[in-house]
Amino acid sequence: MNAVFKTFALASFLVMFAAGAHAGETVVSQKNKDFSQKSLKIKVGDSIAFRNDDPFFHNVFSLSDAASFDLGSYAQGQSKSVTFKKAGTVEIECSIHPNMKMVVEVQ
Amino acid sequence: MAADRSNENNSISARVGTSYPPGQGEGSPEGRRPLRSLLIRGAIAAPLVLGAAIAFATKSAERMVYDTDGEAITLEAGHPSLAKWRLPDVPMPENNVSTPERVELGKKLFFDPRLSRDGNMSCASCHSPMFGWSDALPTGRGFRSELLGRATPTVVNTAYNPIQMWDGRKATLEEQAMGPMEASSEMNMDLARLFKWLNDTPGYKAAFQRAYPGEAIDHRTLSKAIAAYERTIISNNSPFDRWVAGDHNALNARQVRGFEVFIDPKKGNCSVCHSGANFTDNGFHNLGLPSWGDPNPDMGRFAQKPLPKMKGAFKTPTVREAAATAPYFHDGSAATLEQLVDHYNRGGVVTTNLSPNMKKLDLSAEEKAALVEFMKALSSPQTAVELPTLPN
Ligand code: HEC
Ligand code: HEC
Ligand SMILES: [Cu+2]
Repeated sequence: MNAVFKTFALASFLVMFAAGAHAGETVVSQKNKDFSQKSLKIKVGDSIAFRNDDPFFHNVFSLSDAASFDLGSYAQGQSKSVTFKKAGTVEIECSIHPNMKMVVEVQ
Repeated sequence: MAADRSNENNSISARVGTSYPPGQGEGSPEGRRPLRSLLIRGAIAAPLVLGAAIAFATKSAERMVYDTDGEAITLEAGHPSLAKWRLPDVPMPENNVSTPERVELGKKLFFDPRLSRDGNMSCASCHSPMFGWSDALPTGRGFRSELLGRATPTVVNTAYNPIQMWDGRKATLEEQAMGPMEASSEMNMDLARLFKWLNDTPGYKAAFQRAYPGEAIDHRTLSKAIAAYERTIISNNSPFDRWVAGDHNALNARQVRGFEVFIDPKKGNCSVCHSGANFTDNGFHNLGLPSWGDPNPDMGRFAQKPLPKMKGAFKTPTVREAAATAPYFHDGSAATLEQLVDHYNRGGVVTTNLSPNMKKLDLSAEEKAALVEFMKALSSPQTAVELPTLPN
């Protein structure tokens, strides 16, 4: 019983570790109607997890050539991830609050 | 008297205790204490409560609510937690800092019907100070009374907003100003004719020279002058502003209750969109208005940003001066503030693509009335607007 528990704990630790070490995932928070980073440099294949830390809905989208996506709108505590597959400049916005903007340089 | 007062406050604290976020409710020391003392003293004080309630009805009771930002707000005149509702000074672009000459010129232009093709329509025809700088119409009336698709928004405090128009297609007041003159459905002006006329009118030539020395009379200086005037159309001295600044008598108990309903996510939830000192998030939301069910509805923001969530979404307007700007919404569908509150209370009518921040509210009659009374406290005292004499 104890051994099973230990194995399980070890396994879940490894899984978490693996997830953390996954080819560059950066967390960008949406807080006080702003992105926590205004600009970011990443590599092709890296991903960004956008987490909503405000108690109301935000959206994340981009209509840039290098990456075009719309994550829809989601509530506090939720997070959605985008992997950037093409080099270039990606302008990211929240459609609900157009003042929320950030730029990602994918190299 | 002092004992009665604390008892009155305690009874209110116990009531709003239920609006704490999970984990901070009645079980917390803050939540339990008032309730206990209420029970102990209740028997003795019961006959006094009614009297105390009347005695303190005009004084704002000290109580706390967690607002739509998740922040603890103390509902007490001048309390530091109210700081985010203090309007800052009017922001101005570096290349158009207001001067008396610029404002004076802008005022003449704003009220001058000769800026329109038929010589009978000025900015003030639709943005009239007699109707809270709007027109009291469900949707505007343009060139030769053509029916426009959207309501005329007030220009009060637009100086504070980084985005203009119902669909946000303009950013600044300078960018916006030429639009109505060019629009065939509005002032429908021939711009070449307009600038020739302004240059040929000595009074205007001199006024432009004083306002923008050395600069040409063109769309740039015309827009700047109008924007400078609009930056003087400000509401910042309402009873609510005075209460935020510390005047306990500026709001009555019902208006404070209305403010509480406005900012409480479990009640009105209004400030989730009408946030901050100018009561707008400068964002876009679909409120599920009746006109959204029309065969070819106004797509609103979607025309500017072709994202599904923006279909039927419109910009959050200020709530300041709302009492003076009926009817309400971009389609003019709410005739009164009471009807407007009913729309929100229902959680919208046509709910396809409804904003996720909209929900059915279940407000009591008293809460709805308090909300309306609070909104009325967002109007500054009316000041007379002196009409300019127009140059020849
Ligand atoms: C025929 C009526 C009419 C006239 C004349 C008119 N407007 Fe407007 N105004 C409107 C309407 C309707 C809107 C909203 C249109 C939209 O969003 O599509 C508007 C929007 C605005 C806004 C944006 C406000 C906000 O909160 O987004 C400003 C600022 C403004 N007008 C200023 C002016 C100025 C300055 C003039 C004169 C040069 C003028 N208007 C002339 C009807 C009018
Ligand atoms: C989901 C965001 C949101 C919420 C929540 C919200 N509003 Fe609004 N409000 C808006 C938008 C957007 C408009 C303009 C919508 C339109 O005309 O299509 C508006 C319009 C208004 C207007 C009309 C202003 C005018 O000039 O026409 C008033 C007043 C108002 N809201 C008050 C309230 C009150 C009171 C509540 C709470 C019961 C509330 N709002 C909740 C976003 C919101
Ligand atoms: Cu947002």
